[in-house]
Amino acid sequence: MKKQWFTISVYSENNVGLLNRISGIFLKRHINVESLNVSKSEIEHVSKFTIVVNTTEDWTRKIVAQIEKQIEVIKAFYHRDDETIYQESALFKIASHLLFDERQIQNIIKESNSQIVTVSRDFFVLAKTGRRHEIDEMHDALEPFGIMQFVRSGRITVTKAEMPITAMLEDFYQDK
Amino acid sequence: MRYEFMETIKLKKDQSTKSTGIKITGAEAIIHCLLAEGVDLIYGYPGGAIMPVYDELYKFQDKLTHILTRHEQGATHAAQGFARVTGKVGVAMATSGPGATNLVTGLADAQIDSTPIVCITGQVPRHLLGSDAFQETDIIGISTPVTKWNHQITKASEIPEVMAKAFYIAKSGRPGPVLIDITKNAQFEEFEFSYEKCTGVRSYKPVPEPSIKAIEAAAELINSAKKPYIVWGQGVILGKAEEALKAFVEKAGIPAAWTIMGESALPTSHPMNVGMVGMHGNYGPNVLTNECDVLIAIGMRFDDRVTGNLDTYAKQAKIIHFEIDPAEVNKNVAVDIAVLGNAKTTLELILPLINENSHEEWHKEFDKKYKEEFAQVIEKDLHPSKPGLTMGEVIEEINLASEHEAVIVTDVGQHQMAACRYAKFKHSKSNITSGGLGTMGFALPAAIGAKMGAMEREVVAIIGDGGYQMTIQELGVIFQHNIPVKIVVLNNDHLGMVRQWQELFFESRYASTVMTNPDFVKIAEGYHIEAKRVTERKDLKTVVQEMIASKNPYFLEVRVEKEDNVFPMIPSGASVSEIRLK
Repeated sequence: MKKQWFTISVYSENNVGLLNRISGIFLKRHINVESLNVSKSEIEHVSKFTIVVNTTEDWTRKIVAQIEKQIEVIKAFYHRDDETIYQESALFKIASHLLFDERQIQNIIKESNSQIVTVSRDFFVLAKTGRRHEIDEMHDALEPFGIMQFVRSGRITVTKAEMPITAMLEDFYQDK
Repeated sequence: MRYEFMETIKLKKDQSTKSTGIKITGAEAIIHCLLAEGVDLIYGYPGGAIMPVYDELYKFQDKLTHILTRHEQGATHAAQGFARVTGKVGVAMATSGPGATNLVTGLADAQIDSTPIVCITGQVPRHLLGSDAFQETDIIGISTPVTKWNHQITKASEIPEVMAKAFYIAKSGRPGPVLIDITKNAQFEEFEFSYEKCTGVRSYKPVPEPSIKAIEAAAELINSAKKPYIVWGQGVILGKAEEALKAFVEKAGIPAAWTIMGESALPTSHPMNVGMVGMHGNYGPNVLTNECDVLIAIGMRFDDRVTGNLDTYAKQAKIIHFEIDPAEVNKNVAVDIAVLGNAKTTLELILPLINENSHEEWHKEFDKKYKEEFAQVIEKDLHPSKPGLTMGEVIEEINLASEHEAVIVTDVGQHQMAACRYAKFKHSKSNITSGGLGTMGFALPAAIGAKMGAMEREVVAIIGDGGYQMTIQELGVIFQHNIPVKIVVLNNDHLGMVRQWQELFFESRYASTVMTNPDFVKIAEGYHIEAKRVTERKDLKTVVQEMIASKNPYFLEVRVEKEDNVFPMIPSGASVSEIRLK
């Protein structure tokens, strides 16, 4: 089976030890986490992990089963890229004088649809949200001029299909 | 006097405490939680960070018996032995730091063998967490991969809810170990105690809903099969599905084999019970795995020691998997039909849909294979003609003397395979062994827990000379509390299984497998335990009978042949069809 990109979405209780438990599942199987994002979800007090891996579907399915088995995990899903809407964010810190010295930078800002977050005497910060390749392109374009700092977030994803977490939680309380 | 003590254990009742409105300490609350969960026996070892709880144990000793093991590992295995024989949750307690890290082997063993235990550890006070305080260790981080759930309590008010959840999680669904770490300040703090048992955790579904569609599909497949074959595992025992399995195999007439974790769920003598699968399992059950047309796996997880090479495992067969844990389905072996749920529920649901059958011709193939194995292996093991004693004949004498009534507790290695192959059982929950983890040192403390959980039953620990010395200090517990377990060490002066592999696969280079052993009889006598040594066949029967007849702890060392091998054997990585008889 060939390796592919998969986004694993995990809905869980907000628990301090859970990140360790989930990362252990990847560690044990020697699967590298390409990106990881933890945030609140659409449901109050429910956290959402968004984990990107590059591996076979078989492994992804097994990992998701192991994740879902953890007590504080409500539900875990995995999706191929074409089943999701996904984005990453990046920040570029660049020396301010370059805005004036290198006209090309203004074009890059316009063409990349990035925003200037802040400008100071010494540096300015560009924010870019988009697909990985768009951020990479912008990085490549800016690199020759010198990037003082660069950071990129983990992928965040919403799926095209429904994720029926609320219904699952309601079922639990009805069973009781 | 010491025996009386054992009697008192059995008299203790669940005296749960309801809301009092009175403030108590966290330490006392822990005791009330244990009592509310019906716990009357725990194993453990005190130390600085758990002292407030031990102080309460002292006050509550009429209701809750604490057994001081000689090492925390012993406490976990004793709790496991208790859990395995009773089906209840075993409890072990330890202090922070080294006390807690010594629990890790037992936790890992309980995790892989799905044994319900709750371990309670003390922890440095909250304000010292993360400061590398004396005996501080991150036991939550350390135990995460080897627990079903773990949690650190840092304030007393969390104790009732977390303890209730711990017991619920440990025993529900596919059982497993839970560790609760309690900082010392939480043990001292006072709060208003009330206890409510946990009945559900919203993010945790212990038992999946059985699908009627899957059950119907499975029934259709089973009814149309010419050579159906069952392999069951511990899921049958954990799911209390012994009677359901019996009814199923009897109606369907399907030959049924077991993994070592499932052994004893059906009596050894049951006509449908065809024996053991796996690396040292029986010949027929292994070879015919690759000849059946429908393989019905019940409460087992296709461990590599069971399947051998997966690429050649039951490829010709349709596979049905009865399983409680969805993560086990299609994990190692791709199955055609998964029947999720508790084994008892699903087997009872499928029973009315199953046609009566006897599969006589198919059974004859198992008989034929058994005859081959008997001639080439079993006869030589059980009735040897050579002078040296075999492990098999010792097990057979124990069978005869105990009339198949005993609980057999084993460690890991050659003695374990001999015991699992040759021990005969009438009752479920009678074969207690370290299956998945293969933990040397498991048997002696596990036998203590098993005996204390089933005082009315004979408990015989069968141990190799290597594993015995890993937890030999637990003889102190047997002596102190006069726990009448029977200990049989099959001594071949080697780490026998590793030596066997060295002989077969490493050109007999016996790297660190030869042992110069102490006088085991003297050691047992040092603990005032009656002890005998058998070196010749002529003495074996009488001494085994004497041991079984004894009302006290008894130690028996049997000097067995030093370089015997366990056969049959599926070489590591080979197919089940490539099982070797010699």
